[in-house]
Amino acid sequence: MSETDSKPIIQMPDPAKLVVSNSPHIRSGENISKIMFIVVGAMLPACIAAVLFFGLAAIKVLLFCVVSCVLIEEGWNKLVKRRPTWKDGSAILTGILLGMNLNAGAPWWICILGGFLAIILGKQLYGGLGSNPFNPVLVARVGLLIGFPELMTTWDKPALGIMKIDVLTTATPLGLAPGETFVKDVLLGNTGGCLGETSAIALVAGGIILLAFKLIKWQVPVAFLGSVFVITGIAHVISPETVHSPFIHVCTGGLLLGAFFMATDMVTSPMTRKGALIFGLGCGVITSVIRLWGTYPEGVSFAILFMNALTPLIDRVSISKPFGYTVLEKGGAV
Amino acid sequence: MSEKPRKFKGGVHPNDSKALSALKPIQDAPLLESYKVIMHQNIGAPPELVVKKGDEVKKGDLLAKASGFVSVPLHAPTSGTIKMIDKCPGPTGISIPSIEITADGEDEWGDTFEVIRDWKNTGSEQLKQRVWDAGIVGMGGAGFPAHVKLSPPEGKTVDTLIINGAECEPYLTADHRLMLEQGEDVVQGTAILARALGLKSAVIGIEENKPDAIAALQEIAANYGVEVQPLPVNYPQGAERQLIYAITGREVPIGKLPMDVHCVVQNVATAVAVADAVVKGRPSIERVTTVTGKSVVEPGNWRFRLGTPVSKALELVGGVSEQPAKLLLGGPMMGIAQSSLDVTVMKNTSGILLIAKDEASLYTSEPCIRCGRCVECCPMNILPATISQAVENKRFDWAEDLNVLACIECGSCSYVCPSHRPLNQHFKRAKIEIQAQLRKKK
Amino acid sequence: MSIALIAIISVGVLGGFLGVIIGIVAKVFAVEVDERIEGVNDLLPGANCGGCGFAGCTDFAKGMVAESATPDQCPVCSSEDVKNIADYLGIVAEEKEKKVAVVRCVGDAKNTVRSLYNGVRDCRSAVLVASGAKGCDYGCLGFGSCADACPFGAIEIRDALAVVHPDLCVGCENCVAACPKDLIIMAPASADVHVYCNSPEKGAAKRKVCKTACIACRKCVKASGEEDHMLVDGFLIRTNYENPPAAELVEASACPTTALRQASKQAAGAYEGVSE
Repeated sequence: MSETDSKPIIQMPDPAKLVVSNSPHIRSGENISKIMFIVVGAMLPACIAAVLFFGLAAIKVLLFCVVSCVLIEEGWNKLVKRRPTWKDGSAILTGILLGMNLNAGAPWWICILGGFLAIILGKQLYGGLGSNPFNPVLVARVGLLIGFPELMTTWDKPALGIMKIDVLTTATPLGLAPGETFVKDVLLGNTGGCLGETSAIALVAGGIILLAFKLIKWQVPVAFLGSVFVITGIAHVISPETVHSPFIHVCTGGLLLGAFFMATDMVTSPMTRKGALIFGLGCGVITSVIRLWGTYPEGVSFAILFMNALTPLIDRVSISKPFGYTVLEKGGAV
Repeated sequence: MSEKPRKFKGGVHPNDSKALSALKPIQDAPLLESYKVIMHQNIGAPPELVVKKGDEVKKGDLLAKASGFVSVPLHAPTSGTIKMIDKCPGPTGISIPSIEITADGEDEWGDTFEVIRDWKNTGSEQLKQRVWDAGIVGMGGAGFPAHVKLSPPEGKTVDTLIINGAECEPYLTADHRLMLEQGEDVVQGTAILARALGLKSAVIGIEENKPDAIAALQEIAANYGVEVQPLPVNYPQGAERQLIYAITGREVPIGKLPMDVHCVVQNVATAVAVADAVVKGRPSIERVTTVTGKSVVEPGNWRFRLGTPVSKALELVGGVSEQPAKLLLGGPMMGIAQSSLDVTVMKNTSGILLIAKDEASLYTSEPCIRCGRCVECCPMNILPATISQAVENKRFDWAEDLNVLACIECGSCSYVCPSHRPLNQHFKRAKIEIQAQLRKKK
Repeated sequence: MSIALIAIISVGVLGGFLGVIIGIVAKVFAVEVDERIEGVNDLLPGANCGGCGFAGCTDFAKGMVAESATPDQCPVCSSEDVKNIADYLGIVAEEKEKKVAVVRCVGDAKNTVRSLYNGVRDCRSAVLVASGAKGCDYGCLGFGSCADACPFGAIEIRDALAVVHPDLCVGCENCVAACPKDLIIMAPASADVHVYCNSPEKGAAKRKVCKTACIACRKCVKASGEEDHMLVDGFLIRTNYENPPAAELVEASACPTTALRQASKQAAGAYEGVSE
């Protein structure tokens, strides 16, 4: 280095390029798409189980649902001149969850119609992500259930093996008489039902992933499953001939899917822990009531949708007192 | 008080990044050619100017005198000539009056205060007066005049003095270094503050991530009847209300002050300034500030005189290695973003921080997905998500019902928000609008 | 057949019965309403802007009938409308001067220094962060709080600057309170020439941050000659609205920073600002 270089040039920040904003100036690194894609990741075990039991048909249904959801969302964004939102992952997640709620033998047009119901009717008409009062996937599922009851309640019989050719149809285990279902089948997923209703183990694994990433509040699944277990358990003890054992109730018929993936949807469930507990209990009670006394063998969707409607109220009653509030009351002065 | 500290609900754990400057000893910044001292450095009324253009001043001479009880005097950071009294960029973005002093290079002390060696037998009124005369404000960030906190109003009693050494803000290490290097001053200042309040003892609360500072102070503290309380690491542990709860278990009611639960909280830097004022007879004209950030060439802790421009401070640390996204006065969670390098160090400037592009928070106002993280982490236990929606719809009455006035603006909610919503700004706005409404009603 | 008949008859009887009850109740509990309120309400614009100080037009009509308000309080009504209402009520209306809003700033994105602001797009929130991140402490932030407050769509945000369309402005004053910088004043509609700057800073300080600031060069004061059309207020010139200048003054004074403008031309976007 020569003499002239002895004084190093000090680089200073360019004030014109400094951003001013309100504090805080750092953030945790969380974002919406990260959350959505972790949930998608948590769905993977159940997706793999579905493919194992239902074969290529499952892949076909899932693919149709995802593609139609994303395309419909982008089409809508074009129509109302919003910027594209598919990157946030919510449409992809909606597509996967929708697929998990359909029968492996569902025709392609059911997938597209379901995507339309979920994205447009369930989400965008309310103002898009974050504004929908009801779980979009359940809006689609119930819409399809009411519109096409036969298609939505006959299920392909699962069989291990990817290349499944013959299609047998079967009823959901809850539609069968008690005693016809085997515990092992239920656990592994060798039972009838929609794609996401088959393997209890895969669903619980997904739920554990969600809990581990703190993406769901444990209160919802625990209260939901717990209340169903207790209520159906009491009913089973009273009348073992007509009511399945509580174990079968908990592990079948979309309850696990609902408790871990549908009821915990952030947008449509309460924000507080206390609210989540009330929400989960409500879902469990309504599901049990529908299953025990209703005409549908399955009540998870209706229970969650009903509690979705109550969410703003639950949020309101579950507000806890702010730090320093109780003391204020005791002190008397305002 | 030897019981375990209580944990407040909520809080966040940002990456503290203190390692950048935690091991760098405090250095004295060299004398500059000129200083621009901002007139209004305290909460409350600005002081009244007592010098005019062209006046010669010595170091520590009065530049402006207190204009009321909630106001503090201002002193010259060095000897020299008053060059100009004009507006200069202030920390809030508005240009505010400041006094520019051209240094004469002598750095000669003027007639400063009488040294009070025997403070242990000095009346509390005299100590309070000295704290006021020395122009000491809360140096943790707020800049609230220290003597006001030492003067409980009629009918209020104080039984606990807490010295805040939590330094929960990421990046900042100025208080940490002060406790390590000037432990004696910290503890002595604490004891003087306790005496001014008529107390026998005091507690210094320090977050457990500074074990060396805890050990250093514990050794000295015993001689002065001061306790050192390690605190769990959790942002905002250093917030007044959370600190009082951790140490005493008392909850400060919303809209009330620590004094309403018989507590006074002062910062460790304030304690050092108090020790300087009483034992050395020096007014508050300098402070230790952390200059740091990932893009800063040599982060460090520096003792700056008041009125040192940020540009000069950045020259001392070797400038930057790349263009940062933000320049802050204070820490990353509660600091104030600047758009000019001409702002100067004030009594409450605990840090000069450059935030790199990859870690900077940029707000986008994506829709709230109601994930509830803000509710979980809110140390005041209010509903940030709901309140922010109320504010977006200009429903300030609703926001008030949801207790937005309890918000301490710690920024935890905005920090965790996956939608990057400007929650904190919404609350600031709501608080101002509601207070304006309340004033109107009166 | 008989079932249908029963249904028709029972519903018919029920309907008739309830109809009679409603009729009786309406007569017995009828509220006495001054029909003039309805009449005055019909003559009002019905915009419910609140510019009169009442909670909407019907409330204002009630006030006028009760003689606690006068028709000229309505900022939207033309003098003809006011006269119609006064005639209807049989009172004499006072002549009132129509006022329009003036945003006293033309420092748009091209002409004024701005820092990069990131946060809530609303003036009253933005002003909390670095005072709105505009180089000039007094300038228009351009996030449109005034435009949001305007019920008549008379304020447009163009190039990060609020621009009033005087022909659309009715003078309800809603925008005045919305501006965190107190930039908006109500000026007589007859005055078309305004000084579009509100910074009391020294000329040099203003020029540093804004090319279109008023630097108090007094060219316009000189151009108006003996008449005191323009008033000097510190480092700022203001229009004397008691004696407003004619539109020609703008040309005549050749304002070097183009801070002196005609409201109508400003709305039409006829000014370019100062080019380097």
